[in-house]
Amino acid sequence: MGEDIYEYSADIGKRYFYGGLTLNRIISPKYAQKIMNVVFWGVGILAVAILVIVIGYILYHGLPQINLTFLFTSPINDGRSGGIFPMIISTFYITIVALVVAAPLGVMAAIFLAEYSGENNFVKSIRFATETLASVPSIVFGLFGLAFFVVFLQIGFSVLSGGLTLAMMAIPTILRTSEVAIETVPQSYKEGSMALGSSKWQTIYRVVIPAAIPGIMTGILLGMARAVEETAAILYTVGASFSVPVSLFDSATPLSLHLYNLAVEGISLPNAYGTAAVLVIIILIITVTTNYMVERYTKKMMGR
Amino acid sequence: MARNWEEYIIEKILLLAAISSVIIILLIIGFVVAQGLPAIQFTGFINFIFGMNWNPEYNLYGVFPMIVGSLGIMALALLFAVPLSILGAMFLAEVAPRAMRRILRPTIQTLAGIPSVIYGFFGLIVLVPFMRVHFGGSGFSMLTASIILTVMVLPTILTISEDALKSIPLEYKEASLALGATHWQTIKNVIFPAAIPGVITAIILGMGRAIGETMAVIMVAGNVPVIPGSILEPVRALTSNIALEMGYAVGIHYNALFATGIVLLGLIIFLLVIANYINYKRRVTIGGGYL
Repeated sequence: MGEDIYEYSADIGKRYFYGGLTLNRIISPKYAQKIMNVVFWGVGILAVAILVIVIGYILYHGLPQINLTFLFTSPINDGRSGGIFPMIISTFYITIVALVVAAPLGVMAAIFLAEYSGENNFVKSIRFATETLASVPSIVFGLFGLAFFVVFLQIGFSVLSGGLTLAMMAIPTILRTSEVAIETVPQSYKEGSMALGSSKWQTIYRVVIPAAIPGIMTGILLGMARAVEETAAILYTVGASFSVPVSLFDSATPLSLHLYNLAVEGISLPNAYGTAAVLVIIILIITVTTNYMVERYTKKMMGR
Repeated sequence: MARNWEEYIIEKILLLAAISSVIIILLIIGFVVAQGLPAIQFTGFINFIFGMNWNPEYNLYGVFPMIVGSLGIMALALLFAVPLSILGAMFLAEVAPRAMRRILRPTIQTLAGIPSVIYGFFGLIVLVPFMRVHFGGSGFSMLTASIILTVMVLPTILTISEDALKSIPLEYKEASLALGATHWQTIKNVIFPAAIPGVITAIILGMGRAIGETMAVIMVAGNVPVIPGSILEPVRALTSNIALEMGYAVGIHYNALFATGIVLLGLIIFLLVIANYINYKRRVTIGGGYL
């Protein structure tokens, strides 16, 4: 039997005979397959386990801290007690400012790259710039936000400075996802519209964009997640304030920053758990919504 | 006629939006370099990069310990993350049944989406005490930081490697299986070698993420600006250096932190250029038969 030969190959003589060949002569391919199946499943299960442990731990300790008082009152005594209402508002406020700037820019850039440009050096440089922007460390965005928005443009430590800094971080995410969405709109759609006598922009505006909307929305949601979770970029741009920001020029403390302060300065562990849980829940909602939209979108595309 | 004008104007507006990312990246480089240069001039380029002492009180600005810290944490994190992510990518692309894939894909996405400050918090509360008890020392160490980073770069490397593995033509796999190779032999000897350029790109992008991470590292690495003697000693990363001291930095100290930002930007752009070069090479080799 073939298997037996491989098993015997484990003995010294055979190993000498196969000297210099790879390990798969010593361990039979069949056993190697079995071992690797176990390894593969182990890695897959490990990934799921890490997620469950991290999120489970935060929620297990954090959910009991969350109640209406925690959600709707201001922190008292630097966050030692009281709630996180201003932080929740700050997070949403800054995220909205970021999206109002980043979404139109990102989507328009995506339309240009997908529909108006060929593959020339100019477009390549735009792509390289976007790629670089996507990998600039968030703390460098923070430095830039501080030097440019806060100091140079004299906006000061504010919701606006923080929001604009986050907008720059969200642009590449929105751009790339939207571009893919626009590119996957079938050519026949455009041809149909063009054949009816509409101009290029009319076609894009009335046919291409509506067809690509789920993909574009996914991009915007991903950009939103990036803005909500970011800490380093806003560390030195939004300032620190425990009151609810009203104007764009007020300083604020978003959830992520509040959690950092509570945890690192050891101010209050229960409140840190509560803040972390709220943050995780917001991110989970965004992720689940994104997944749901992607799934529906692909189904719609496949079903055609 | 009016229609033509409209089309023309719209195209120009879209063009403006498209070059905004070029403008932003130039502004970022311009401002960070302009603010950082005075510090580099103050200490001298060699003294700044290779200086062993960082002590703002005495106007000593040498970032070498932080460069070692950043690269050390990154290398250690990749040591754990690369095998895990490549195996994970193979699992997702080749082995996993549909049901498992439907669990694993969202899992990886969610792992990628968890805020870094949450990872840092988890590290601070759970991992640091664990390391203190089981490995000694304070628990704040290069090893602790790299374990947290492993989880954070895993989704990046895994997703891009999976794409690379899936882009290998099906004929390669079929030919190998038809010759009687087992599935694992096929993955190891045919699919993976063909996907290596993509996997390398994935690893380089993972490196970028590891070097750029701030909050999670700051919360678990201990942040002592000295070259560590072992992986169980505390380190400070370049990113942490900026985040820790920006709050109270004035004068040349302020500039020195921007100069730290220049070093970071330089590292990241260097990695990106390499990744792009490999991508470019891949395009050439696959057509000509990489195997």
